[in-house]
Amino acid sequence: MSEHNYQPKSKFGKWFNDRLPLLTLANHLTDYPTPKNLNYWWTFGGILTFCLITQIITGLVLAMHYIAHADLAFSSVEHIMRDVNYGWLIRYIHANGASMFFLAVYIHIFRSLFYGSYKSPREIIWILGIMIYLLMMAAAFMGYVLPWGQMSFWGATVITNLFSAIPLVGESITTWLWGGYSVDNPTLTRFFTLHYLIPFLILGLVVLHIWALHVPGNNNPIGIDIKKPSKDTVSFHPYIVVKDLFALLLFLILFAFFVFYSPNVLGHADNYIEANPLVTPAHIVPEWYLLPFYAILRSIPDKLMGVIAMLSAILILAALPWLDTSKIRSAVFRPLYKQFYWILVLDVLILGYVGAMPAEGLYLLIARIGTAYYFAHFLIILPILGKVEKTLPLPMSISEPILGGSLNAEPARSKENYQKL
Amino acid sequence: MSDQKKVNRRDFIYTASTVVGVVGVGAAAWPLIDQMNPDASVKALATTEVDVSLVKPGQSITVLWRGKPVFIKRRTENEITEAKAVSLTELKHPEKDEDRASNPEWLVMLGVCTHLGCVPLADKGDYNGWFCPCHGSHYDTSGRIRKGPAPTNLEIPKYEFVNSNTIKIG
Repeated sequence: MSEHNYQPKSKFGKWFNDRLPLLTLANHLTDYPTPKNLNYWWTFGGILTFCLITQIITGLVLAMHYIAHADLAFSSVEHIMRDVNYGWLIRYIHANGASMFFLAVYIHIFRSLFYGSYKSPREIIWILGIMIYLLMMAAAFMGYVLPWGQMSFWGATVITNLFSAIPLVGESITTWLWGGYSVDNPTLTRFFTLHYLIPFLILGLVVLHIWALHVPGNNNPIGIDIKKPSKDTVSFHPYIVVKDLFALLLFLILFAFFVFYSPNVLGHADNYIEANPLVTPAHIVPEWYLLPFYAILRSIPDKLMGVIAMLSAILILAALPWLDTSKIRSAVFRPLYKQFYWILVLDVLILGYVGAMPAEGLYLLIARIGTAYYFAHFLIILPILGKVEKTLPLPMSISEPILGGSLNAEPARSKENYQKL
Repeated sequence: MSDQKKVNRRDFIYTASTVVGVVGVGAAAWPLIDQMNPDASVKALATTEVDVSLVKPGQSITVLWRGKPVFIKRRTENEITEAKAVSLTELKHPEKDEDRASNPEWLVMLGVCTHLGCVPLADKGDYNGWFCPCHGSHYDTSGRIRKGPAPTNLEIPKYEFVNSNTIKIG
């Protein structure tokens, strides 16, 4: 690890770095050896960092104009939209930014699932990621409550009522969460406080997530261990930085499309009606990014079991590194897993679709099959598949498939040969 | 090391100071937790009086009590007969209609679905009572759960007739 011997060139730099090794850290981050075969699915970490910073900055600005009070919240949001300079832009970036954040995080998660990035030695990175994802859902939910529209109010009512399913103490917990006997002003003010707090907790976890990543280094599309630094790596700067920036630009085109051309298409019209505790909207659905879990909740005809199933659907991901028994990381070399992976993607999309539909008839049946399959994928298919699947031979290095001829060739480069190259 | 298991003064101090520390942190944390419970101003709104003189048979009104909707339904003869005719074995949460409406003409209950808290719609659903649009729970003319994910019947709050025209809820 040559970077630990890094010495700043300037005299002042050396003086400073001896007292606080920030320059050593900066050097580590720029020289950080990265597998040279990373594809564009690996650019979403950078995109997600951008999303988090964007949400924090726009949220900070919105908080300067928003009033967290049940009587004033709704009109203060309209005040932001109509009176505050560029208020409409900042609010639309923040509201659509949440959707973009989830879009990116789902791609990031499914990239991990495809290339086995959660496997040893990267379990802690993965679990930190699941914690970030849980906090993101909490932040998004509480943020959605703040405009105090009909969907805000009834979304808050339904989600907080999930806790009432807990035996014995459920009612006390919901009353405690509400600060009253229903969702009301005390609920709004505490949600605002927590919505402000959570992004900074996420930021802290992101630092740990990246720190844990930098210990083993990045996984890569062929999922083999590589020597770092070596012919198989490139430095993070400028190679990965430039690639990440290019991907971010493409992502921003999509982001800008939503912000400028259809800023409300991902929301619900009902949320432009002020909260009314006497009338529930005819059809309440959560934001699109929570729909698969909502479908799981509704597919179980029992209240407590429904809540348990929904939470398990998320928490089961944390156990994934141990449920997947295959030693091979990348789906590229797992012909059977690759097919089950795409079935899972389809299953989650179908669950998302039926989550938006009324919970009756055929939709309910599909939701039940989808839920059963979701759990079967993690609890039955993955543990068995790792034991029975016949995997394809792994290349010896990233360069081998290009330079070393056929996949079955003898290892062309032993450790010693590396040094000669 | 033969004296390894012997409890000495140092072990005692170590345990005792840990216990004191845990109790102290707990005592300091409790106000921070309890401040989130309903405050005095919320609790002060615990009763509501409602004038029901204008409600005709078959009609129902919805009033707000503790931030929650309360349905006050003046039931028709048909609805009462239907509610009483149901045998308890058919019910997911068995309760007699008499126990839910002491005066059978008046049904007073929280308009809060016992599943996840939405407000059910009146005169809808498979049992001529209420239907919750959120997750599809059906309630009968006595507000009892008949079909869907809700675990219990619509809750009956504490209430009394102050006089023949006024109901006090809470």
